Amino acid sequence: MSTSLPSSLPRPPAEREALARAWAPPKGWRLFSAVNNTHIGLFYIATALVFFVLAGILGLLMRAQLAVPDNTLLSAQAYNQVFTMHGTVMMFLFAVPMVEAIAVYLLPGMLGARDLPFPRLSAYAFWAYAIGGLAFFCTIFFGASPDGGWYMYPPLTGKEYSPGIGADWWLLGIGFIEISAIAGAIELIIGILFTRAPGMTLMKMPIFAWAMLVSAVMIIFAFPAIIAGTLLLELERAFDWPFFIAARGGDPLLWQHLFWFFGHPEVYIIFLPAAGMVSMMVPTAAQSGLVGHRAIVYALIAVGFISFALWAHHMFTAGLGVMSMGFVAAASFAVAIPSAVQVFSWIATFWKGRVQFNTFTLFLLGFHFIFVLGGLTGVMVAVLPFNWQVHDTYFIVAHLHYVLIGGAVFPVFAGFYYWAPVMNGHQLSKRLGRWVFGLMFFGFNLAFFPMHITGILGMPRRVYTYDANLGWNGLNMLSTIGAFIFAAGVVLFLWDAVRTALKEKREHGNPWNAPTLEWATQGDYGTRSIAQIDSLEPLWDQPQLTQEMEAGQHWLPGTITGGRETLITSVVDAVPRHVLVLPTDGWPPFIAALGTAGFFLLLTVEWVGTAFAFGTVSIAAICWWLWFTDDVAHTGHAVVADGVSLPMGASGPASHSWWAMVILLCVNATVFASLLFAHLHVAMAADICPPFGSALPPMVWPVLSAALMLLGAGAMTLARVRLDGHSGQALLRLMVAFAMGCAAASVSIDILGHWRAGLEPTAQAWSATVAALLSWQGFNVGLLLVMGGYVLARSFCGKLQAQARATLDNSWLMWLGVTAQGLMGTGAVQLIGRWG
Amino acid sequence: MTMLDPVGLASHTIAGIAWSLFVGSTLIFAGVMALLVFALQQRAGKVNTRWWIVGGGLVFPAVVLSILMVYTAVRSAQLTRAQPVDALVITVVGKMWWWAVRYRTPEGTDVVLANEIHIPVNQPVVIGLSSTDVIHSFWVPQLGGKMDMVPGRTNQLVLHATAPGVYRGQCAEYCGEQHARMAMHVVAHTPADFNIWLAAQAQPARASFSPLAALGREAFVAQRCTACHTVRGVSEEGRLGPDLTHVGSRLHLGAGTLRNDAAAMQRWIAHVQQVKPGARMPSFGDRDAAALEAMAAWLDALK
Repeated sequence: MSTSLPSSLPRPPAEREALARAWAPPKGWRLFSAVNNTHIGLFYIATALVFFVLAGILGLLMRAQLAVPDNTLLSAQAYNQVFTMHGTVMMFLFAVPMVEAIAVYLLPGMLGARDLPFPRLSAYAFWAYAIGGLAFFCTIFFGASPDGGWYMYPPLTGKEYSPGIGADWWLLGIGFIEISAIAGAIELIIGILFTRAPGMTLMKMPIFAWAMLVSAVMIIFAFPAIIAGTLLLELERAFDWPFFIAARGGDPLLWQHLFWFFGHPEVYIIFLPAAGMVSMMVPTAAQSGLVGHRAIVYALIAVGFISFALWAHHMFTAGLGVMSMGFVAAASFAVAIPSAVQVFSWIATFWKGRVQFNTFTLFLLGFHFIFVLGGLTGVMVAVLPFNWQVHDTYFIVAHLHYVLIGGAVFPVFAGFYYWAPVMNGHQLSKRLGRWVFGLMFFGFNLAFFPMHITGILGMPRRVYTYDANLGWNGLNMLSTIGAFIFAAGVVLFLWDAVRTALKEKREHGNPWNAPTLEWATQGDYGTRSIAQIDSLEPLWDQPQLTQEMEAGQHWLPGTITGGRETLITSVVDAVPRHVLVLPTDGWPPFIAALGTAGFFLLLTVEWVGTAFAFGTVSIAAICWWLWFTDDVAHTGHAVVADGVSLPMGASGPASHSWWAMVILLCVNATVFASLLFAHLHVAMAADICPPFGSALPPMVWPVLSAALMLLGAGAMTLARVRLDGHSGQALLRLMVAFAMGCAAASVSIDILGHWRAGLEPTAQAWSATVAALLSWQGFNVGLLLVMGGYVLARSFCGKLQAQARATLDNSWLMWLGVTAQGLMGTGAVQLIGRWG
Repeated sequence: MTMLDPVGLASHTIAGIAWSLFVGSTLIFAGVMALLVFALQQRAGKVNTRWWIVGGGLVFPAVVLSILMVYTAVRSAQLTRAQPVDALVITVVGKMWWWAVRYRTPEGTDVVLANEIHIPVNQPVVIGLSSTDVIHSFWVPQLGGKMDMVPGRTNQLVLHATAPGVYRGQCAEYCGEQHARMAMHVVAHTPADFNIWLAAQAQPARASFSPLAALGREAFVAQRCTACHTVRGVSEEGRLGPDLTHVGSRLHLGAGTLRNDAAAMQRWIAHVQQVKPGARMPSFGDRDAAALEAMAAWLDALK
């Protein structure tokens, strides 16, 4: 076996020290400038836990209020803010960040990478989330929180019925935290596809990575819908563009479509990673390989697809028509099947192995109990007539907590117990762990099982109090007691977690005899050498692997540049392709995040000038960090193993940044598609189109606009070709500048045409959606101008070369994307308006 | 207020479906948990992957769900049947936080009341649902499922009560501050009683019958209550608040908030912002106590 190892012994004496030096974290308060996943991941997990506790306290407040009928502990206004914040914080500031955080922390270790491919992006995403999230949460202390529910249905959340600032906090605060989640998703997708250990083919990749991959792709297509929705609702609130106001041709249900197109996949975005963790832990608990590994992979992918077909099952009582709802109900049934595949696979794995009863095993069993029950009530609520009764009652509250606490929180807690040693080599207390599990499991069921019955007895959701004579008193009291018992379990856990985290770091070894790479010896640099893998369970099948990696006998056993690097491998077969030089710690991500958070938060309180100052700081910080990437200095070849020399960096489609850009274009296109859907939706609802008093510009305007946009894209393409063969860049600069001019002229002409045709966005919803599409195109062209300017700057500074060309390549991709959107937007408005 | 005590055609069907769902789910849950317990006790048991994954994970749920789909489609077909064209139509408009209810009598006059819907039993009654402010949802569990009231749309729900009685309903879509206190009652009568009731409701408000009531009527006008409330025969300009022509005949005040009697009426007028904070009516507790008492007495007498 040792004959075929990638690197031979002995290793040069100072190799390991150089590696450790390159990855050494900054000390003291400078730790906040760290970008390495082992640090950002821990900050991220800790912050998500803080939000879990904060939102949990809000939950306890609600339970205290509802413990007895006609209670006056909380006023109606306070209760409505509290339940809105409970849901919002749990979904946006705990659940999604928590699964992304765990992925940021664990995935590089599982995949055998030294770090994620864009460390500063994950640092940026984390800090934007932490700063923005805490500021958002603090609104509750001033009574200025949103109170329209976490789903923010207009017209209740429109300016007329929510004149205060609360709804704006939600729209702007949560809007940009979604951007942070998308940034994290791009990072994870690229990391999973490009930085796996050599030999870790897609089918040998740990299930958690698969789950995270599917989940992150879902984020890419689901979150843009809510970003578009929040954009429209904020435009309506700020500028009176009536997208959702029925009296002016808008439709409240438009929001519900956009919200649930995000909101339903959201549930699976949270659940799939948790299921992925379960699929990692069950084989270890059973000391036996996962039964039906391939089936689980397909099940995860199937859930990803089906979950996008079910959004309307939150609208069964909105009067949308029984036929179309029938299809949604059928899809809601179908989504149960891939979940059943997973459950049977886990039980079969227990059956096949010898189960060790560790604390994480208890949580896994608790998960099975709660999640299967929640899944069954999920099938019940997919039955249309049954849904008509229990929709918006406590039955749903029970169901969703069974699915989310059972399906996500219990696996995450199992994960804490399972992976705690990875952090500093210490396990959480087994004795306390039994108590934690007991309190949480018993408390949970006591709190939430009675809610099924309360709902069946007719108690609606989101009520701040209830009459004493309706038969709901005892059940509510039980729920309250259960909630506090559950909370006691969480408190006990936190105490143990803090105690354990403060212990001195030591080597973790493989305490549960787990099969996957994160249990090999790790430092801040990951493993000393990157493993050559040939099985799904490398630590079981290659018993010497840990020692070999530690001795430096595998890939990339040191550092080449003296800095941080990781290996890029091919997407399907994980064949080493090139070395990726990673950035080191620094302040730009933190500053950029502060700027972004400041921009959105200050915009909410209408300090517009200061907000734009923060926004400028943010963009400057991002340009500053980008400036030093894509560097000519990091080119050439490097030896990564005996007789294997790989290029340093890559360009074009071989580069990871190319694909990150492609994913970003998908996000962009999905926002655009959502806005186009809004336009189509209100156009079809209008009696005549364009509505009375509005008109389309004559064809010459859109045709001219489209021609200019195409011309610009053509110029950028030529500029890109030009970079290949020629040394002088004068012509290239001219073309880029010309393309910028074309793009600016194109969108100006489009806007001018509509303006001359009398476009009045406040008049009715049709005009408002046209204006929204124009604004989106204007924003995108603005981005193109920034990117074009940046390309020019790099060309003038000699940083744009045939070997270091990602700046131009990525700008070109963006140019194509925005051009396609512009043509489609302009064309669709004309087409729908003239022949719709 | 439970769906499992049905007194309507729709709710009856749904309750049947619900019971089969509960029983079926309990059996499946018990079966899966038993399997899990067996699995834990096995020591290195044999596993046939195909049986577990294809049999348990695919075929079993696919079969169960298919049966369920056919069963519910058959059972619920009658719930979506078209109603006879001559069915009684009642319009209900959701407001923050009460229900405006409108009938049209055979003679063509409009009868408007609030928070109480009277229907004849053993015949379908079509409820037309809409809203003038935010989204609400109409739900009387003992009679059937719920239906949203969305601004700009008109939705329909059919009530078909099978026994006379009073059935509580409550708004099911969160609609702002007092969503919790937005209840209503459906009163089902025999057809004969229903016709008597409707004829009585079509009458204008009865004339004052006592000096106190006359005083109350004067106070009602003097305090400009008429700006928001219509009392047919007194003033018909007010459209914002509930029609009070026969308010004394109603079971509750404030959309199910208080049981209706003269004392409750006076408390409501004087302290509405304590009883139902945020309601779109000011407390009149700072006015002359005698006038308030008289007003309450008069309104209570508007049977």
